Amino acid sequence: MLLAITVSYLLGKAALIGAIVAVSLGLAMYSTWAERKVAAIMQDRVGPQRAGPFGLFQPLADGLKLFMKEEIIPNFANKFLFVLAPGLAMVCALMSSAVIMWAPDYTMADGTVYPFQVADINVGILFVFGIVSLGVYGIMIGGWASNNKYSVMGSMRAASQAISYELPMGLSLLALLMVTGDTSMRTIVQQQDSFLHMNVWKQPLAFIIYLVCAFAELNRAPFDMAECESELVGGYHTEYSSMKLGFFLFSEYINMFISSVIMACLFFGGYHYPGMDWVQAHAPQWVFVATCILATISKGIAFILFIIFVRWTLPRFRYDQLMNLGWKSLIPLALLNLLITCAVILKFFN
Amino acid sequence: MIFLDIAVNSKPMDWFPILLQLGIAVAFAAVMIGATQLLGPKRKTSDKLVNFESGIENVGNARQPMAIKYFLVAILFVLFDVEVIFFYPYAVNFRSLGWDGFLEVLLFITLFLVGFVYIIKKGALQWEE
Repeated sequence: MLLAITVSYLLGKAALIGAIVAVSLGLAMYSTWAERKVAAIMQDRVGPQRAGPFGLFQPLADGLKLFMKEEIIPNFANKFLFVLAPGLAMVCALMSSAVIMWAPDYTMADGTVYPFQVADINVGILFVFGIVSLGVYGIMIGGWASNNKYSVMGSMRAASQAISYELPMGLSLLALLMVTGDTSMRTIVQQQDSFLHMNVWKQPLAFIIYLVCAFAELNRAPFDMAECESELVGGYHTEYSSMKLGFFLFSEYINMFISSVIMACLFFGGYHYPGMDWVQAHAPQWVFVATCILATISKGIAFILFIIFVRWTLPRFRYDQLMNLGWKSLIPLALLNLLITCAVILKFFN
Repeated sequence: MIFLDIAVNSKPMDWFPILLQLGIAVAFAAVMIGATQLLGPKRKTSDKLVNFESGIENVGNARQPMAIKYFLVAILFVLFDVEVIFFYPYAVNFRSLGWDGFLEVLLFITLFLVGFVYIIKKGALQWEE
């Protein structure tokens, strides 16, 4: 089986992975810019404007600054784990994009098919779940290794929050799985081939539950208890400096982009866009594929903007409110949704 | 049997690109962390290397027992997550299992809910006293 790996296959995959990593990093950088600009507009300020036109070079300057900063590892910290944690956070953030389907397959002149999906595994959704769960380790290890009271508290909160919201997230996706009948990302995206076939119409409640859980998993406002700066200084990354701090922040923004794209793929038709059949029939294949990639990414960007708007609109929850929402509202709601979906499909569509 | 249905269509080859992506991600993280270690200035003083504690002197160790609730949530998560995972094979195959399967899952969900109501009544998820 392993003999099927050829040089061109390897190069093709490596190029795709490289492109995805580059796009994720680029978009994560510009999400920070967008966040500051949106916050500024919503608060009637100007926002970053000195570095380049509209402050467009600001993320580059920030990145460079993080690189050139002195690196502090506190004396009481566990050195190995302290360095490992941000790397782990970054690796987890970069891994979950492996199962996303970015565009339809590209058929080359010699008949070989080039898929715009790194790995077409049949348990795509479960893979995403696994990686999301691993993401907690970066935060947990980071907080514990710092040996700082704020960090430990922040990482405790983050871990409890993340695992609590994984339950309703899993349950809401189950309802979606019942509709699609498949766990492979490729099948799920291909099924939603028109506006009315989007899964969000079939599973609106599952989408809302998933969205709320995504906010909690991403540690984003209104659920940003882990780094709640008014109580915990910086939460789990209080002791971090230079690019290790940058890694924590970047991995958060990369996760934001990837989970936005995953939401677009699961509920909003992935690469499908209105009029794509016409484009497929009239334009060269590479134009068609390029527009599909653009469609996927723009749906992701739309979600990123939504997440940013929410951050600057809603105040932070209290911790007990957060836990009550997760355990006492979302889990029963998701279970109910699951049962209703199951009964309706068995009654009318089987 | 149901678990096997998922496994049958899987080829080890499908997972190779994930390994490749893991390699690239690890390499990226390692190179960046290494580079920042080399690039930054190194002017360490003993004050800088003390843990931050809002400007006052450090008191005790941060790694001390925390509120039991976090631990409780983690234990409950393990229990419930396993139950959620059991739903997955059912969700993929529930059309072929029909109403009989539905009744059985209803029984399973009842058990799930009994446990859920029990932990809530016990106050395991009570955050404010």
